[in-house]
Amino acid sequence: MSSISREDVEHLARLARLAVTDEELDRFAGQLDQVLNAVARVGEASAVDVPPMSHAVPLTNVLRADVVTPSLPRDVVLAGAPAAEDDRFRVPRILGDAE
Amino acid sequence: MTTTDPVELTRADVSELSRLLTSGEVSAVEVTRAHLDRIAAQDGALGAYLHVEGDAAIAAATAVDEARASGAELGPLAGVPVALKDLVVTEGVPTTSGSKILQGWLPPYSATIATRLADAGTVLLGKTNMDEFAMGSSTENSAYQVTRNPWDLDRIPGGSSGGSSAAVAGDLAPWSIGTDTGGSIRQPAAVTGLVGHKPTYGSVSRYGLIAFSSSLDQAGPMARTVLDAAVLHEVIGGYDPRDSTSIDSPLAGLADAARAGAAGDLRGVRVGVVRELGGEGHTDGYEPGVLARTREAIEVLAGLGAEVTEVSCPSFDLALPAYYLIAPSEASSNLARYEGVRFGLRVGDDGSHDLDEVMALTREQGFGPEVKRRIILGTYALSSGYYEAYYGQAQKVRTLITRDFTTAFAGVDVLVSPTTPTVAFPIGARVEDPIAMYAADLCTLPASLAGLPAISVPSGLSEGLPVGLQVMAPALADDRCYRVAAALEAAQDAARGHRLLDELAGRGGVA
Repeated sequence: MSSISREDVEHLARLARLAVTDEELDRFAGQLDQVLNAVARVGEASAVDVPPMSHAVPLTNVLRADVVTPSLPRDVVLAGAPAAEDDRFRVPRILGDAE
Repeated sequence: MTTTDPVELTRADVSELSRLLTSGEVSAVEVTRAHLDRIAAQDGALGAYLHVEGDAAIAAATAVDEARASGAELGPLAGVPVALKDLVVTEGVPTTSGSKILQGWLPPYSATIATRLADAGTVLLGKTNMDEFAMGSSTENSAYQVTRNPWDLDRIPGGSSGGSSAAVAGDLAPWSIGTDTGGSIRQPAAVTGLVGHKPTYGSVSRYGLIAFSSSLDQAGPMARTVLDAAVLHEVIGGYDPRDSTSIDSPLAGLADAARAGAAGDLRGVRVGVVRELGGEGHTDGYEPGVLARTREAIEVLAGLGAEVTEVSCPSFDLALPAYYLIAPSEASSNLARYEGVRFGLRVGDDGSHDLDEVMALTREQGFGPEVKRRIILGTYALSSGYYEAYYGQAQKVRTLITRDFTTAFAGVDVLVSPTTPTVAFPIGARVEDPIAMYAADLCTLPASLAGLPAISVPSGLSEGLPVGLQVMAPALADDRCYRVAAALEAAQDAARGHRLLDELAGRGGVA
């Protein structure tokens, strides 16, 4: 069932916001196809009535009281940002020229 | 020993350092300086550290000495140095997770385990190298440098906590913190002759650990002795309300268990040998020397009174494919936070690219090949149309593996296997072959997927390189791992007349 094409990898990379190069696409497509063939073995397990397991701790919905707790000062947080302006994270324009 | 001899101070285990510091025979500054000097002399060859806390470490040690001189009540670990894997967030201290995307970032807060170590009075020596975002088994995926195995400088120190293993085996830190998602504490410990323990999932706080695969990641100790590992585990472990998966129950007495094990009596302990991990019909990919050391270690345990039986866990055969779907899937989601807006690298912000393009350019330049491969694989496994066949099925296999453990632990107290199928492989041997690299995790993955505690303890040498025995236990029974591991360690040290690591000391690699 498994087979991943160069086009698939390009599409997935775009979804994951990775501007991969042509050389990477060539290399990854082959490697990922190999990996996918190896991991497809999970299909060998007969697991029709087996519930999925997402984690190992018998806990659900850990809640806390809805009260304000201390958080990091704004300046300290912004100091780690690649760009800040007017006490906010500065980002490049979000809409393209056409919009 | 001459207690102030710097070489002896860097070879001492923590129990000895603690005794020397507490009695005042050496100062914290002397201990710290001995380590910093050795790092300066040797780390050029080993590449264990990404960042060394020179003056800050001396300042912390000075504070310990001054407090002790003033008569303050200090804990037994005050003044003992420690190294942290570079994904443990440390306030004001560079933290990169081995990635270019976090180069230059100074965290505004500290991980719970870093705070607990500081509160115990330990002195941070620095941050250790690792595979980028902990994705790897050799530390070759670090964006910064290669780390070498002190036993043979042409071989890998394991991974992803390979800087932490090389630092401790190379006497550049008395002990260290690693993290383990699929084996990243146990495998590097095994191939460098150390003890490394992956705690029960949820028993050590993940607050402030840079996430790779959140349902699997656990921090744990790497040390030269089982007792030291247990002591370090007790410092960092226990409930933390800032981690929503933290288990609110006390740790078992781990150091006590290690001491009890070292007394050498394993009567009444039932040890199961996992057939699927190197047993009959399952030896493909395992080196004969590794299997021989494993058999001998099991004989030692039997000689100490343990009841040994073989146990079958058929679903373990699918642990590797299940893990390499689950971990990349979670990683693809976790690593979405590196978008060049709130912290870390930003590329292409020159007015000619919009936000989407800047994100893609930033991630392209900031991530290395293995991280990209796993993000793409995870994105695929989670995508509509493939989810059931890949991620969904992998989660069901996870249930089957957990059931195998439950069945096995109905009849035995611990399970044992080799920690890793081979000794340390040569640097470069598996870099372009992800499948071969992933095989290094074959034996460690089942306990990771089930969230169970597992330790690696040295079992001897094969071709002059260390081999580890893995001891796995039920959830929250970490003490059993320490007890059985300490029994093996004590018996082998006694039979050998010295510690395994002593055989490294006189070698040509790191003199």
